[in-house]
Amino acid sequence: MADAEFEEIKRMQQERNAMKSKSKAFDPSTQRTDNTTKAALTETFDTTLYDRANGDKFAGYNTSIPANDDGDDDVDMDGGDGTRRLVGQYTASKEIMSEFANAGDDDMDLMSAKAKGGQIADRETDYQKRRFQRQLTPTRKDAFASDGAEGEGRSYREVMLEKELEREEERVRRRIEEKLKNGDGESDDAEHEATLKDEEADMENRDGATDGTRKRKKRWDVGVDDNTVVVKEEDTSKKRSSRWDVAAAPDATPVVKRSRWDQAPSLSAATPVGNQGLVTPIHPTVNATPVPSLPITFGHGDRNAPLSDEELDEMLPKEGYKILEPPPGYAPIRTPARKLMSTPAPMASSSGIGGFMMQEPENARILGKQMPTDIPGVGDLQFFKAEDMVYFGKLVDGGDENSMTVEELKERKIMRLLLKVKNGTPPMRKTALRQLTDNARQFGAGPLFNQILPLLMEKTLEDQERHLLVKVIDRILYKLDDLVRPYVHKILVVIEPLLIDQDYYARVEGREIISNLSKAAGLAHMISTMRPDIDHVDEYVRNTTARAFAVVASALGIPALLPFLRAVCRSKKSWQARHTGVKIVQQIPILMGCAILPHLKGLVDCIGPNLEDEQAKVRTVTSLAIAALAEAASPYGIESFDTILNPLWTGAKKQRGKGLAGFLKAVGYIIPLMDEEYANYYTSEVMEILLREFQSPDEEMKKVVLKVISQCAGTEGVTAGYLKENVLPEFFKAFWVRRMALDKRNYRQVVETTVDLGQKVGCGEIIERVVDHLKDESEPYRKMTLESVEKVIASLGAADIGERLEERLVDGVLFAFQEQTMEDVVMLNGFGTVVNALGTRCKPYLPQIVSTILWRLNNKSSAVRQQSADLISRIAVVMKQCGEDALMGKLGVVLYEYLGEEYPEVLGSILGALRSIVTVVGINSMQPPIKDLLPRLTPILRNRHEKVQENTIDLVGRIADRGAEFVSAREWMRICFELLDMLKAHKKGIRRAANNTFGKQSIHIHARFIAKAIGPQDVLATLLNNLRVQERQSRVCTAVAIGIVAETCAPFTVLPALMNEYRVPELNVQNGVLKSLSFLFEYIGEMAKDYVYAVTPLLEDALIDRDQVHRQTAASVVKHVALGVVGLGCEDAMMHLLNLLYPNMFETSPHVIDRIIEAIDAIRMAIGPGLVMNYVWAGLFHPARKVRTPYWRLYNNAYVQSADCLVPFYPNLDEDKLQRNDLMIVL
Amino acid sequence: MADKLRATQQLEQLQARYVGTGHADTTKLYQPLFPPHRIPKDTYASYIGHPPLLEYMSVATGEPMAKMRTRFIEKMIQPVGKPPEKED
Repeated sequence: MADAEFEEIKRMQQERNAMKSKSKAFDPSTQRTDNTTKAALTETFDTTLYDRANGDKFAGYNTSIPANDDGDDDVDMDGGDGTRRLVGQYTASKEIMSEFANAGDDDMDLMSAKAKGGQIADRETDYQKRRFQRQLTPTRKDAFASDGAEGEGRSYREVMLEKELEREEERVRRRIEEKLKNGDGESDDAEHEATLKDEEADMENRDGATDGTRKRKKRWDVGVDDNTVVVKEEDTSKKRSSRWDVAAAPDATPVVKRSRWDQAPSLSAATPVGNQGLVTPIHPTVNATPVPSLPITFGHGDRNAPLSDEELDEMLPKEGYKILEPPPGYAPIRTPARKLMSTPAPMASSSGIGGFMMQEPENARILGKQMPTDIPGVGDLQFFKAEDMVYFGKLVDGGDENSMTVEELKERKIMRLLLKVKNGTPPMRKTALRQLTDNARQFGAGPLFNQILPLLMEKTLEDQERHLLVKVIDRILYKLDDLVRPYVHKILVVIEPLLIDQDYYARVEGREIISNLSKAAGLAHMISTMRPDIDHVDEYVRNTTARAFAVVASALGIPALLPFLRAVCRSKKSWQARHTGVKIVQQIPILMGCAILPHLKGLVDCIGPNLEDEQAKVRTVTSLAIAALAEAASPYGIESFDTILNPLWTGAKKQRGKGLAGFLKAVGYIIPLMDEEYANYYTSEVMEILLREFQSPDEEMKKVVLKVISQCAGTEGVTAGYLKENVLPEFFKAFWVRRMALDKRNYRQVVETTVDLGQKVGCGEIIERVVDHLKDESEPYRKMTLESVEKVIASLGAADIGERLEERLVDGVLFAFQEQTMEDVVMLNGFGTVVNALGTRCKPYLPQIVSTILWRLNNKSSAVRQQSADLISRIAVVMKQCGEDALMGKLGVVLYEYLGEEYPEVLGSILGALRSIVTVVGINSMQPPIKDLLPRLTPILRNRHEKVQENTIDLVGRIADRGAEFVSAREWMRICFELLDMLKAHKKGIRRAANNTFGKQSIHIHARFIAKAIGPQDVLATLLNNLRVQERQSRVCTAVAIGIVAETCAPFTVLPALMNEYRVPELNVQNGVLKSLSFLFEYIGEMAKDYVYAVTPLLEDALIDRDQVHRQTAASVVKHVALGVVGLGCEDAMMHLLNLLYPNMFETSPHVIDRIIEAIDAIRMAIGPGLVMNYVWAGLFHPARKVRTPYWRLYNNAYVQSADCLVPFYPNLDEDKLQRNDLMIVL
Repeated sequence: MADKLRATQQLEQLQARYVGTGHADTTKLYQPLFPPHRIPKDTYASYIGHPPLLEYMSVATGEPMAKMRTRFIEKMIQPVGKPPEKED
């Protein structure tokens, strides 16, 4: 297409778009005006090497970024519209208006800071937080202990009784709440009754301090309880059940009105005198439990006179004590003022215990940052949180370890190890974990779990800590085995919440622990432990228990659990039990997938009767469970569902609302299992219900309906005609509305269902119906449409699309693409897919598309530019197919101009686009020519951004591969050194990515082209120098490079210099040489046979070196040499090397021994198993296990790798049966 | 610990897959699945698996190859006799 023509189209398009004033797509204000980043073709780009033709382009400009940039293009705001107003207009000042627009450094996003904290509790939902309400229950008896000793703890019976009581309490509480709600008249009676009852209980209970004072309530200085009791009784009448909770939770009684009589006389002064003893005086109101709990006789008032000797004799015991003389020089204080200060009045401390107390170490928590990170006996920790002090405080109290009992010492030891695991550095963690595991049985289950489990219940626990602690549990479970039984419930309380964590890995971890736990404790014990929780009053507990049970089932096998499940699902006592039972059955297929198939019948029969349960909740969960079972079983197992089809079907007809949703879901999942005929019948039946429910406002129902529709559409028996006639019109009317696009989940479901329907009715039908929505004014709706279109076309192709439809489609897609305000990958994919599917049919639209792209490539927003560049890479192939080479050349030139892009993401995309253009048009016809393009890429290679690097390398690689001759050798040289540099990235991640994705490739280009261009000598000198650098990374890369150079330019050009380098008496260099040799022999393969005898002396030296790493690397050289020369007649050298290798058999370091064994295996390949096995037979039954172990490893390798070759070489054993007489046959 | 654990697991896996492999605790006492009592079985399998060898033997003994093969297969059933009675 001629340029003039293109310009014409572009102009017309812009004019037309300008007419549509509402559209912002071609608003010139979105375009970049400064083109400083653009570079002209005629100018040299790389200023480090070439001078710019016209000097500094930026001379005279202010090159620094202005500090107070408003970034506000709304210029009109400042001066208004220029007209004068008679009335002043008042508005907020500009600072305030833009307060949130340009957030300063100090303006942190508190929420995001919080989110980064990583505390598990922060991201939990209220439901998940209910785990904190659970308590670590007391230990249980081990009823299944092998030795019959049950140990201490509660028995199953006791636990069940307690649960019974709990349920009863809950029931009564509910009743009372109900009654209170119903009206005051009724509640009066209840209240009266309750008080009486409480009074009785009170009589029995009196043993506390308050009771003691009550007896003496006639005394003037008490005057306490009468009032409180009255007040309290009023209080109880409001909240009956809380009465006895009061003592336990002091904050529950704050509103008790305190009369002056409540307070002990001497302490009731306005200034809290009694608080002298403490650093901060506590305000009297802080103490919810008021001071009267003081023993009255020790009040200040009583101490106004000294006790006489007689009184003391009366008070104190006589025998076994003696009266001491006051020390010489003691004079009692006589000044009353000082006396008052000296003995602080006993205070009610927060713990409720009277008397003066030493300050507890917990005060140290307030100091925040001053938390110690160096705990005695633990070492330097990574961190130490304030909360840790509660658990690990004992470690810092500096107690004398010599005076402690064994138990205490053990406790401290565990504590220290746990702290190391939880807060320590990785190496500390590793050793501590190992110690904990190894000594688990010595420590015992009790002491271990008593410390670990409370830590896991801590509210401020973070992911990492939880992961580590869970790991500890996992490890010690293995060791403890059946010793864990008494602690199973405790562990479950802590681990069950993991099963409903949002984090996938947490869920997996939880499952693993529970499955290990069930293997350790055994099925019977697991059932007896979890049985009481099945009808627990709290739904949360039941839910998590159900999930845990499902894990147990998957660990121990479904058949083992089935009888129990059957019993639970038929429970007559409580519907909760049935509900949980069904829920377990629901969770099993979710967890195990198609592994349920063998037991499908049993599972379905187990829950079948619950479909007609009297409780609606049970019915619903049963239908969901059946849906889950059918989903997991798909496409098999319809015969297992035969029994429940009828109840399910009648249920689906009878139910309404939420119940119906479950039933529909179950039907929807069962239909795909049926054979054609039945599926057809049931679909038409269920469709009536579905069509009715299309109108349902319930979100849940909508989702289910969509799911069922897509499943019905997928089944064999349902025809396209039927769908077109009966379903499509209703479906599009009900679900293709703007509102559906707003909710993420609905959105996805609608798209999915549409695509599924499309599979049956064809692409054209669907596109025809939705194409107009591409021009809708709601953006999410356009997105939803484009996504559906993309998915439909991607799976069905565009052959079905007529000419007129095609026009509308492309127009719509272009519109949607231009009008997007949020650049979304959906739009990009949609555009790409449509263009690619249409192929050559796109030709008429390409100029328009390209002009859109060009326009957007110059957009101010980087996201828009990036997207347009990405789009070029997607449609390049189609452009070539359409023969639009001129257009591509134009794009190429424009892209070239944009190579000065600052945003790395965009630059990466631009490079990607260039690459795809180069790929399709070919090196020779590339515009701009390669000799201009490549020099511009060289400086970009220095860019450290991953995406940029990857795309540049790929582009350079492509050019090097096909058009190396376009560029001078000197330029290639420069590029190669840039590439080598690139492997020194600072971040390990980038480096690794560099190595994985393009490291090798870049070095390939490097080695190959330097070598070809300038001969190996120069390169080798550089590379060998590189071996001497300190960085390991670059040494490794150099070693690889040397290997490649050797491969390309024949080894004899490299080997002498390399071996000469080995004479440098420096470990690093020698290692580098060995490493290079290893790569070299790996790459040259069979060529090695000519060099074996040359390198053998060097290897000899390396294999008997003192340094382990030396021998390790030498072994890997031997391995590659040996594998290279298999069958090439170098057996003598290999044998020699084997003799040198063999003494290394007993190395223990995993890396070393692995290399050694590999080398021996490789030599076995080279010289045949017979010879090597002669070495091995000797040690297989050696008396020392240390010797046997590596020998068996060798034997196993030989047996696995070449069992058949071993047969002739088996030793002749004396034993009669082992004689192999057949081998003696001679012809 | 982790290494050891992994090593054990790997060994277990190996032995599940290849019955002839052993470990440091493999003894010379009778263990039908472990070497050296695996030797006869492997040997017979090797005879059968290499037709030239089988042919050589049949020529030498004057028996047809098919018969030889059947004999070797039958010999593979408990080649070293019945396992000893378990002690406990």
